[in-house]
Amino acid sequence: MTGQPAFPLAAYAVHLAGPTDFDGWRDAARRLSTNEVKPEDIEWHVGGEGDELPAPTPGVELRVSRDFIERAAIVTCHSDSERFALLYRLLWRQRSEPHLLRIASDPDVRRFEAMEKSVRRDEHKMHAFVRFRKIGDGDEERFVAWFEPDHFILELAAPFFVRRFTGMHWAILTPHGSAEWDRERLALGPGASKDDAPAADQSEEMWRTYFASIFNPARLKVKAMQAEMPKKYWRNLPEASLIPELISGADAAAREMIARMPTMPAAHHQAIQARHWPALEPSPETEAHSIDALRQQASQCRRCPLWSEATQTVFGEGSDNAELVFVGEQPGDQEDLQGRPFVGPAGKIFDAVLGEAGIERTAVYVTNAVKHFKFEPRGKRRIHSKPNAGEVQACRWWLAQELTLLKPKLMVALGATAAQSLLEAPVAITKQRGQTIKRDDGLAVFLTIHPSYILRIRDPQEAAAERARFVADIRTVREMMAG
Amino acid sequence: MAVLSTREKLAILSDAAKYDASCASSGAGGRDSLKSGGIGSTEGMGICHSYAPDGRCISLLKILLTNFCIYDCSYCINRSSSNVRRARFTVDEVVRLTMDFYKRNYIEGLFLSSGVIRSPDETMTEMVEVARRLRLDEKFAGYIHLKTIPEASAELIEKAGLYADRLSINVELPTDEGVKRLAPEKRPETIRVSMAKLRSKIEEKAEPTLRTKTRERFAPGGQSTQMIVGADATSDARILKTSARLYGSYQLRRVYYSAFSPIPDASSALPLRKPPLMREHRLYQADWLMRFYGFEQGEILDGTPDGMLELEIDPKLAWALRNRASFPLDVNRADKERLLRIPGLGTRAVERILETRRFKRLRLDDVGRLCQSITKVRPFIVADGWSPGAATDAARLREAIAPKPRQLELFR
Repeated sequence: MTGQPAFPLAAYAVHLAGPTDFDGWRDAARRLSTNEVKPEDIEWHVGGEGDELPAPTPGVELRVSRDFIERAAIVTCHSDSERFALLYRLLWRQRSEPHLLRIASDPDVRRFEAMEKSVRRDEHKMHAFVRFRKIGDGDEERFVAWFEPDHFILELAAPFFVRRFTGMHWAILTPHGSAEWDRERLALGPGASKDDAPAADQSEEMWRTYFASIFNPARLKVKAMQAEMPKKYWRNLPEASLIPELISGADAAAREMIARMPTMPAAHHQAIQARHWPALEPSPETEAHSIDALRQQASQCRRCPLWSEATQTVFGEGSDNAELVFVGEQPGDQEDLQGRPFVGPAGKIFDAVLGEAGIERTAVYVTNAVKHFKFEPRGKRRIHSKPNAGEVQACRWWLAQELTLLKPKLMVALGATAAQSLLEAPVAITKQRGQTIKRDDGLAVFLTIHPSYILRIRDPQEAAAERARFVADIRTVREMMAG
Repeated sequence: MAVLSTREKLAILSDAAKYDASCASSGAGGRDSLKSGGIGSTEGMGICHSYAPDGRCISLLKILLTNFCIYDCSYCINRSSSNVRRARFTVDEVVRLTMDFYKRNYIEGLFLSSGVIRSPDETMTEMVEVARRLRLDEKFAGYIHLKTIPEASAELIEKAGLYADRLSINVELPTDEGVKRLAPEKRPETIRVSMAKLRSKIEEKAEPTLRTKTRERFAPGGQSTQMIVGADATSDARILKTSARLYGSYQLRRVYYSAFSPIPDASSALPLRKPPLMREHRLYQADWLMRFYGFEQGEILDGTPDGMLELEIDPKLAWALRNRASFPLDVNRADKERLLRIPGLGTRAVERILETRRFKRLRLDDVGRLCQSITKVRPFIVADGWSPGAATDAARLREAIAPKPRQLELFR
């Protein structure tokens, strides 16, 4: 072999200052990797005196992602003694495999991820299972907890408690270190023992009462509990000593619930029923003599199945003396939520166009051919579906009564469904718009588009042109009313 | 009646609250006490501070303000005809309990519900007062979930949303007919309108105001609901249809399914048996398929004889077995939407497959390292060096991968 490596192959022993000395690992890793020291030639230790490490080779840059550095700092908190070696190996391999960390099926990457996950889980469980005990009162009030984490996570986990318990003076003691917050500063200190923490807290009896009462013995799932709250945590949880008796008594408690015969209603029940729920007279669908009465009846409409998916009946509204009636197709999403016709996006156009044409919305009556919203749910949205002939037919019952009560001079059919309902025949709106058709009963129906049609036109110029035609139609309507 | 101690009340009023499944404390966004010097924080995902032996997370102090109630819903332990012991907390007691528990790190916050006494507004007023005192007097920044009474006035709902992170209204049962039969005084139409109003209010407040350009606080954790499963004969298909409607119509964060549990002093109108826990679990899985896996509600149970989810196998595997023509899928080529259909692959595993395959072609053992168990996945995929051959269409495939039936542990 010709050519010599810059440094002879040699085993290095690195001694880090502490179990979570990430800066020390980083410094050593920089020195060693830029000098081409292979992973298998390094031993990693915590504490003690180590070898003199070579200076970083000048000009050799170590390129690793920020993501790796951040995650490596987390993995450093793991209790596995091989964590530093693994991190170095990953660092080493990334020089020739820059995408290594994104190959989740690689064994080193899997182990890295598993260690990261384990530290994160331990941190999460610490956030969950620390139990403070109170000592002192008033200014002397302190909250102290004893906790035994799996990994070296105290420093990692402490800021959470600062953010959450800012207004408390507290301390968390662990075998490897302690953290104290005095409402202003977080101080880290040496490890402690269980005896250094308070032995009891009077709130624990309350908490145990709650724990025992919130448990439903009919749903015993011990494995599910232990998966999330492993036994190793139990010794520091005041509620955990109740678990064995709750489990052993569960079956009997559940059986008793089932076996117990239904009893007579409680004594106060009759009085409550009489006072709050007087028997309601069934309201027969008699002939309504006002729009309000009709609206009341329609709120319970079951003439077609659309009610079962919708929020509510959206009945017509406007002036009881209106001479002009607008009929749309059906309520949309917003109309269904608010219970009023023409309040959604199409309603906004409708209102604006009425204004431009010089018609007051409050002076007219606005309603729909179908009074429940028909839709298909798509995740968090509802997609409008066109009502079918049967639904239009079923709902005509209401529309006919509205018209009988109002006796308008003119009706405006907004779109094909409205026209079909009013004329009881299919209508081609694009061909027949602008026409007025007399019904057999003498009522006149003016045909135009539904304002939602304008919303569906993609091209802005075309949409504007269509809107102008709609305004012109509504102006014609106003002239007809004036004439 | 003897005067009850706070501890006795706690026992009664937490026992009365335990049939409500919801315990989530997530979705409130980030909030802490660093500036206020008070107590409490929320950081996205809520924390489960303990687990009861029923396997359910204990995250919130879940209690009723009172279990006196003028309603007589036959599935409810607190119905007016029940002989259960009654109790009523004062506002002060609830505030103190919440703070005592929170400061010891037992809980993430409060989930306050109540029986309805006298009138919906009187009850709601007291619940809102608890939330107001926690927020303003105690500088409490932890999680608050208020169960909203559908008939309560709009002003009270507005105040509730100002202090609470989440509001919820229970639809009680999957169908209106069920509500009419088992909860005769409840009005399904009022419940729907209340949920609609809540959605409108949440959306309105989510818009920055014109004047200050900031958003007003209103239930940042959104709204949720719960329905009881197994108290009547409604099929799973019907239940999922109701869920799809609720998610679409009212932008719910969650629909909770609560397996009907026998209650002490049960009404004779109800099935007296152990709660259908496995059915509840399958419903949650199906709910997940709709929300995170791109399944339409209709296809989950399409082709089943009775519209019921199978109890022995999960709904995605059941769907795949009914739709074998869609498989096997090539894990090195199939798009995300298709990968999500493969039994045994969760959303996380799919993300990792998509990420990893940008850099290397996946073999079967690679996939095995990315998912929980390869057994369920194997017959449905093609990978480098792996093809299931006729296994996908094998008559006994179901027996080969379905877990062996276990007896007694799971009650139907």
